[in-house]
Amino acid sequence: MDYEALGLKAGIEIHQQLDTEEKLFCRCPTVLRDTEERSGEFFRYLRATESELGEIDRAAQEEMKLVRRFRYYTYDTVCLVEHDEEPPAPMNREALAVCLTIAKMLGMTPIEQVHTMRKLVIDGSNTSGFQRTALVALNGALPDGCQIETICLEEEAAQRVADETFSLDRLGVPLVEITTAPCMHTPEDVQRVAEYIGMVLRSTGRVKRGLGTIRQDINVSIRDGARVEIKGVQDLGLLAEAVRLEVQRQVNLLAIRDELCARNASVDPNPVDVTDIFAATKSAILQKAKCILAIRLPGFAGLVGREIQPGRRLGSEMADYARKCGVGGIFHTDELPAYGVTAEEVERLRERVGAAGEDCVVLVASTRQRAGCAAEQVLIRARMALAGVPEETRRMLEGGGTAYMRPLPGAARMYPETDVFPITIGKALWESIEVPELLTARAERFVAEHGLDPALARQVAFSERLPLFERMVAAGVRPTLAARTILATMRELARDGVQVERIADDEVLYLLEAVEAGRAAKEAVPDLLAELARMGARGPPATPDQSRERVDAAIEKVAPAVSQEEVEAIVRRVLQEREKFARQRGMAALGPLMGVVMKDLRGSADGKLVSDVLKRELQRLLS
Amino acid sequence: MRCTCAGLTLAGTYITERDGMAVVKLDSGYNIGISFSNVGWLERPSPPPAVTTPVVVQDSALPEISIISTGGTIASRVDYRTGAVTSQFSASDILRAIPELGSIGRYRTRQVASILSENMLPAIWQELARAVYEEIGRGVAGVIVTHGTDTMSYSAAAVSFMVRTPVPVVFVGSQRSADRPSSDNAMNALCSAAAATSPLGEVAVVMHDTTSDDRCAVHRATRVRKMHTSRRDAFRSMGMPPIGYVDYPSLKVELADEAVRRGTEEPELREALEERCGLLYFHPGMPADVLDPFEGYAGLVLAGTGLGHVRTGWIPRLRELIAGGTTVVMTSQCLHGRVCDRVYDTGRDLLSIGVIEGEDMLPEVALVKLMWVLGQEGDPDAIRELVQANLRGEIRRRSHDGL
Repeated sequence: MDYEALGLKAGIEIHQQLDTEEKLFCRCPTVLRDTEERSGEFFRYLRATESELGEIDRAAQEEMKLVRRFRYYTYDTVCLVEHDEEPPAPMNREALAVCLTIAKMLGMTPIEQVHTMRKLVIDGSNTSGFQRTALVALNGALPDGCQIETICLEEEAAQRVADETFSLDRLGVPLVEITTAPCMHTPEDVQRVAEYIGMVLRSTGRVKRGLGTIRQDINVSIRDGARVEIKGVQDLGLLAEAVRLEVQRQVNLLAIRDELCARNASVDPNPVDVTDIFAATKSAILQKAKCILAIRLPGFAGLVGREIQPGRRLGSEMADYARKCGVGGIFHTDELPAYGVTAEEVERLRERVGAAGEDCVVLVASTRQRAGCAAEQVLIRARMALAGVPEETRRMLEGGGTAYMRPLPGAARMYPETDVFPITIGKALWESIEVPELLTARAERFVAEHGLDPALARQVAFSERLPLFERMVAAGVRPTLAARTILATMRELARDGVQVERIADDEVLYLLEAVEAGRAAKEAVPDLLAELARMGARGPPATPDQSRERVDAAIEKVAPAVSQEEVEAIVRRVLQEREKFARQRGMAALGPLMGVVMKDLRGSADGKLVSDVLKRELQRLLS
Repeated sequence: MRCTCAGLTLAGTYITERDGMAVVKLDSGYNIGISFSNVGWLERPSPPPAVTTPVVVQDSALPEISIISTGGTIASRVDYRTGAVTSQFSASDILRAIPELGSIGRYRTRQVASILSENMLPAIWQELARAVYEEIGRGVAGVIVTHGTDTMSYSAAAVSFMVRTPVPVVFVGSQRSADRPSSDNAMNALCSAAAATSPLGEVAVVMHDTTSDDRCAVHRATRVRKMHTSRRDAFRSMGMPPIGYVDYPSLKVELADEAVRRGTEEPELREALEERCGLLYFHPGMPADVLDPFEGYAGLVLAGTGLGHVRTGWIPRLRELIAGGTTVVMTSQCLHGRVCDRVYDTGRDLLSIGVIEGEDMLPEVALVKLMWVLGQEGDPDAIRELVQANLRGEIRRRSHDGL
């Protein structure tokens, strides 16, 4: 597809959790919990509040179509603020500092006085019914010139456990939201920008890592299309694909619109009750429905069933809208007869509503009230098809496709959080913010300073164990040994089923110090780490001293260091046993004999020492 | 208006001044504070469009409920342009905010005051009592009083002493502001309306019973206390279980046997109060001269330690106060349990100088009651008898175990 010709414009919003001690508006730790560990639960109803203009935010109102009861899981790491039972504490200054650091790295200008707002969110993910958010800085730029419009500091929402059940551990974790201008014009641009911003964020060393700690929203539009926001893309690898599929969807919707216009298609605003036609149907859904309404869409035949994204049709979009009323989905004549509905029933249906050959008929089935609501929604979506692409917030499906979630939120959903005082970002505060080295710059430095291979240097710089690497190098451990241990050795052990996450950073540091001091052999490192992981089952070491003790105990158990004299003794014994072989092969016996000796030592001695001794003794034997 | 910020020109609406900065609402909805020198005025903000609120038609077949407002918000509206939250008083506004109320009753509304509850005055209690009495006289099925939660229990107790009522008089408020989608206002209001049309026949407080939206408790006005600064279920009945519950969302009302039933009392208003009364919270080391300002007071309630004590050194000064005509009533900081000044010497000394044991009355209720008793009676013996008598459920004849 020629994206430029299509006029693709894309922007992204990146949401990144910060790794602070405490949450944004209370003093709870920012730890995630297993739902099994919950200490209790409670439930609430949320209702949209009316604004001065007598309007309820359209996104909020849409969510209100279903009256829902939300259940919340709570933990001993959660307090009354997350319960919406206590006013918020002042804004967490640590989180603000991290946010300002990121703003500075992106060349942004801070707001003079930061005001916290309440953004209405009544999908249950916030106990209060709003999310606290503050605009912190404006107008930055990426190296390629793309403008960063805003950075906001906000509280993370509660995690959805199932349907209407949420877990409060995540609620209130500080989050930065970085919004770019719609400055990207190809799907690959989007991916690249997201990767770059992700790298900047990780360069601070103050952001959370792992699945779900960073999420991207994408804004996509094409010429004559509409701005569509795709929520919560967690997998960076899917970004470009999501953009491609959204462009495809908009192109197809525009093609459908053109065809509808050509056919002079319209929407019959009066749904017809056809419950009686299906009194004896074999379709279980229609059979048990108290009310079945039919919506006639003149000129829509064949188009409701037309694919607009892999596995999704215009009918899927109508079904998404109808589901807001609590129905399971819709039927339409482009896909009937099927699902137990017979050709004869379709014929009677068409006859009843007066549908001509080029008309499509959509069915909704539920209680009278829900069916009425769903029919209204189908009409709304059908009218939108005549106009082209509706502005929407959509959610990501597996594989990069999307489904309708809610209308784009209006500005009507924000009002001040009066319980939090504004914070002035003075010159002194802004100037005190230090800009950390970018990870890419750090990788280059590792190549220059430590002579690391560029690929390895990049791996180290982007690794979660980067701080450990830097500590080890500072303590005198050879950079290659340090890098290989945390990147290669530990990964291989993990692959073999060793629980490396039980090994404390301190233990790795002391172990490699012991290697450098000659107290343990480099070759024994994997076995020693495995032993430390076993010890870790008792719980993490409480103090640095305990870490040292564990490392010493592991060396004692797995590979007690062997003295040079002992090495020499073993080498002489091996040579004696294989004297004939040695004499036959001469110095070429060095390699095979080395293997025998090392096996004997079980990695308890440094390979270089063994090799030196063996070489010397072999030469003496041969001379 | 436009402002320049970060090298950008932004459009927004001027909201207010804060700490020397202009607070501007950007078109994105965010507020920012910026120096006035960066602000340029384009046009005067147009006044907000007049809100046309359709009048909600009420169901004339339903029982009539009177809503009397003192300043607590039962319904409110947010101006998203300025963030201002305004309380709504008219029946139409309330019904638009909480439509479910419309299927419980039809409403008339009346505003007695519009104050934060910490600014409540005994004079407003009296005005409130008159309003409640008048509404009862109009034949309503029940009265709802919306009230800030801070001093709601004082007002409820005061009305309880001043008005004899055959119908429910229900105090209600909210702990979480009405502008938020999670506010407890709607559920509390619905439960209070259910209680106001129930077989109840006394003054009560109806508020959340738990942190969940599952039921409200109906508390006797003279036994209820706000026991938490912020939780929804802050109101607790002290020394007795609640006199009822309202299940949510079914709104089914369940009353305890002890709850006074509708029609038990004849309406009567006795609004006189003696305002020269005080409540003093004793602490170790508190000097006797803190009593000096109470010279000339008609009544003084002491919140003493434990069984009802103040330091021995206070006895001479208290004797003088009592001799000067001040009625002194002892209550306990423990809140739970009964005062007994016959166990220790200090207590016996206090009794001997004429301090009255306040039984198991809550200190705040004892204060309100003393104001009312002194407003009705002048004779010291009659005063003592009334203070120690159970008039409106404020004194329990038997103490139940447990907290």
